[in-house]
Amino acid sequence: MTVPLSLRVAEAEARFYRRTWRGSVVSSFVTPILYLLAMGVGLGSLVDENLGYGLDGVSYLTFLAPGLLVATAMQTGAAEGAWKVMAGMKWRETWKARLASPIGVPSLVLGHMIWSAARVLMVSVAFAIVMTAFQIAPPLQSFLAVVPAFLVGVAMVAITTSFTVRLKSEAGLPMYFRFVVIPMFLFSGVFFPVSNLPDWLQPIALVTPMYHGVELARAIVVGIPPVVAPAISVTYLLAWIIAGTYFAVSPVRQKLKP
Amino acid sequence: MADELIQARSLTKKFGDFVAVDDINFVVKQGESFGFLGPNGAGKTSTMRMIGAVSPVTSGELSVLGLDPMTEGPRLRSRLGVVPQENNLDEDLSVYDNLLIYGRYFDLSRSVLRDRIAELLEFVQLTDKKDAKISALSGGMKRRVIIARGLINEPDLFILDEPTTGLDPQARHVLWDRLYRLKQQGVTLIITTHYMDEAEQLCDRLVVMDKGKIVAEGSPAGLIKEHTPRDVVELRFAPGELEAITGRIEDLAEHTEILADRALVYTDDAEELISIVSASNLEPETELVRRSSLEDVFLRLTGRTLVD
Repeated sequence: MTVPLSLRVAEAEARFYRRTWRGSVVSSFVTPILYLLAMGVGLGSLVDENLGYGLDGVSYLTFLAPGLLVATAMQTGAAEGAWKVMAGMKWRETWKARLASPIGVPSLVLGHMIWSAARVLMVSVAFAIVMTAFQIAPPLQSFLAVVPAFLVGVAMVAITTSFTVRLKSEAGLPMYFRFVVIPMFLFSGVFFPVSNLPDWLQPIALVTPMYHGVELARAIVVGIPPVVAPAISVTYLLAWIIAGTYFAVSPVRQKLKP
Repeated sequence: MADELIQARSLTKKFGDFVAVDDINFVVKQGESFGFLGPNGAGKTSTMRMIGAVSPVTSGELSVLGLDPMTEGPRLRSRLGVVPQENNLDEDLSVYDNLLIYGRYFDLSRSVLRDRIAELLEFVQLTDKKDAKISALSGGMKRRVIIARGLINEPDLFILDEPTTGLDPQARHVLWDRLYRLKQQGVTLIITTHYMDEAEQLCDRLVVMDKGKIVAEGSPAGLIKEHTPRDVVELRFAPGELEAITGRIEDLAEHTEILADRALVYTDDAEELISIVSASNLEPETELVRRSSLEDVFLRLTGRTLVD
């Protein structure tokens, strides 16, 4: 019962998304273009000039692009798990309305995960298209790099959802972005290797889901073998997805079915 | 009994130490329109939510359509229609999309839904608003959309929690008319309300709730007959005057109620009472004679008014 009904929930979210899909698709392409131009081409020329050979033996743009792909998926996942969940539980009360139907809390949470995963996939694929267009990587590598980005994005949906459903009000969300999402974006190896961080910060970077995704994506695009074995990284990301989803269920039940 | 759609025995709901529903018993039969009348906080909504399988029963027994809401929630909810107190429609979507999405939660196919939505919009008189956004509708129209949404699965039991609260009189009458039609079609309705006129209009049978308990049960007419004399004489006095003459008013009849600005005197012979008041030197500012209502029943049973 859970799986088919969760698809109905995802279908409802898709129908809601259809309202604003044009703007959303445009920004999925514009955002990576802006980042790659500013950071990769602008900042990159400075980096490449100074290092002579670039980072890891490739241009800064090539170094940066796979990391940014994962970062974009991560931020999309966080947004879906934050605003979307707050809207469903509190602002729009759509979750409460759904629970009066045969849909139960597990189907509801799973449906939200399925749709959010689809959103993460959309922005990741858009990024891969831009990467190919910028001739940063061949199409095959660009699209393969979508896999770790997708895993990181979905893990972030699960983690953020699990956090948001425990909040009393939306006031906690800006703090979450300030102290979790933005630091993760800046310090998980997207803009510079984690080995450049102070020693005490490196273990923290290592436990973020994002770090593992960046390493995998960069391995695919640039060809440097990652520090952590890919199988371990993938398992680690899957564990976050499962745990986050699981721990989101009971607060929803407590709040919406008291 | 096969024709008993709901059976509640010693039904209790607690939130921590707070007892929202306190050991209540009731039975709702097939085809009847059953009401829960009471002020805010009486436990009506908590009772509705337990029946609707969206809130666990703390203790006692509850059977709805022969199913246990605690263990057979999804199966039970697939046969219920629910109109919640709040308007939780998706404001940015059209009327049609709201109904379609909701119908899909019941695993109904798009083609079945297309026909059913057309019928339901006809029924709630919103056919021409099919493509309108919810945010563009009036409060009364939104309530009608919610009623259509609640009927999307052709429910065996239709639960309405305060269906007309916050609506203007005209919109309320339109809604009552639709609900009355459903009743004529044999749909079993459960309605909570704190409006006595709503309960009188729609309910075959009702329970009066106060502080989590059922304080009376019967038909609207039966309850009035049982608990209050036929007529009420309302005597209105200038502010502050009432206190001094409370004792004299209480001598007028066996049952009286002193409110802030007026006194209610219950009697079976209003004309005689009026002449007694005229002969006295009480000199109220106005006198009004009316039939006793459920409001008076509630006042008599609890000493408080329903809507304050």
